[in-house]
Amino acid sequence: MTVFGIPTQALFGQLLIGLINGAFYALLSLGLSVIFGLLNIINFSHGAQYMMGAFVAYFALQWAGLGYWWSLLLAPIVVGLIGMTIERTMLKRLYHLDHLYGLLLTFGCALVIEGVFRHEFGSSGLPYTMPAALTGGYNLGFMFLPTYRAWVIVFSLVVCLGTWYVIEQTKLGSYLRAATENPALVQAFGINVPRMITLTYGFGVALAALAGVLAAPIYQVNPLMGSNIIIVVFAIVVIGGMGSIMGSIVTGFGLGMIEGLTKVFYPEASNTVIFVIMALVLLVRPTGLFGRAS
Amino acid sequence: MPPDGPLLEVRDLHAWYGESHILHGLEFDVHAGEVVTLLGRNGAGKTTTLKSIMGIVTRRQGSIRFEGRELIDRPSNRIARLGIAFCPEERGIFASLDVEENLVLPPVVRSGGLPLATIYDLFPNLRERLSSQGTKLSGGEQQMLAIGRILRTGARLLLLDEPTEGLAPVIVQQIGATIRRLKAERFTIVLVEQNFRFAATVADRHYVVEHGRVVDMIPNDALDASKDRLHEYLGV
Repeated sequence: MTVFGIPTQALFGQLLIGLINGAFYALLSLGLSVIFGLLNIINFSHGAQYMMGAFVAYFALQWAGLGYWWSLLLAPIVVGLIGMTIERTMLKRLYHLDHLYGLLLTFGCALVIEGVFRHEFGSSGLPYTMPAALTGGYNLGFMFLPTYRAWVIVFSLVVCLGTWYVIEQTKLGSYLRAATENPALVQAFGINVPRMITLTYGFGVALAALAGVLAAPIYQVNPLMGSNIIIVVFAIVVIGGMGSIMGSIVTGFGLGMIEGLTKVFYPEASNTVIFVIMALVLLVRPTGLFGRAS
Repeated sequence: MPPDGPLLEVRDLHAWYGESHILHGLEFDVHAGEVVTLLGRNGAGKTTTLKSIMGIVTRRQGSIRFEGRELIDRPSNRIARLGIAFCPEERGIFASLDVEENLVLPPVVRSGGLPLATIYDLFPNLRERLSSQGTKLSGGEQQMLAIGRILRTGARLLLLDEPTEGLAPVIVQQIGATIRRLKAERFTIVLVEQNFRFAATVADRHYVVEHGRVVDMIPNDALDASKDRLHEYLGV
């Protein structure tokens, strides 16, 4: 069977890979958006924190015998706490300055963290075995669907939509949205905004760590895994619109699929297509597809 | 708190916005159940006074006591929790929240706030627009929302910054009626106003602020007799 002269196996195979990549893009850009919205900081450590999530899973298994399911819980907590420490001790001092300072600080943190891990573990990658319950796959007739990949897509979607729901539809989310607009006034109503900022940063970082655990069985655990993906994720955040929650989710999954389709129809462009789209979006809508002019 | 001491006692208050020194030793008192206005020209420091009480200026010094407790070193969220609420001049309605979310945003800090039903009685327009985006309301409705949302928190001291600014006369009357109703319910109110004709219809006493200091206090019943003095202060 073929579509536009392309075998369906190849077409759906690439679309699936696109969706998987999209699941990671969405989780990572969602965390960046949540952080940027409230803290006004472009969190360049995000890739390093994603990598740390994968390493927590690796350590938990090697040192404590704790498997994948434990790591899904542990890694976001551990890396989230590290993130909150960075926020309390360093980022907090930069809020009254330009965005650029936060970007430089978090970029510096990322270089230090990645340098330490590369020094300790090299750059060849460590294997992380898939949990037994998620091995194997389904034959859908038109393609083979590995269980783990289906799990990543579904889990990421659930986490993304859950986050969207909490921010857009709950009381807690209304504090967050209000504090994004006018933190001083929200604090003057009696809300502890500094604590909310710390927890929000912790949450955004925890999302990155969660993505890291999801990635560990697919991409191996590698000190450079974060810096490989983060540039694409930043492009996606720019396309979706800085700070837009639904924008990050939709653009994350959408661009993953566009990237997959490009691999089928014009493989030469598959590494650049996202950046081309970014340039076009910036020309036509500088605030991003879902962004609000500020 | 001593039984007949003032509810709010401001002494030698200095405040800064960034580098500019706005308040220079401002002092005044407000007793429980009073409506007091701060009158003065633009830039005299009236808004800064309210923001200093609320703890949202860059730096402040001196003493602000509420129910006998010192506020000067507390962050604004802890000040709010003691039962003080602020309605800013620019109203501070959140665009990413609908009217209902705006209305219930400030957490209840004490018992004794007005129930939502009473707030809808005071401002019937709000009830009909609950699911509209907060900033889609008219200016008058936004002002009602900004006042309404601080009435349910249980705060007993309300700081209102120019609630009538730029509003149609019929809405100014509605806000005046609301302030008198709140006074009857034993709320204590500090009101910043440019419109002293409006202030005269609601307040017990008027403090005149000039160059970051209180330079005079005029009881409302002496307002007519002090008209010339006041005109000189306000330059009207």
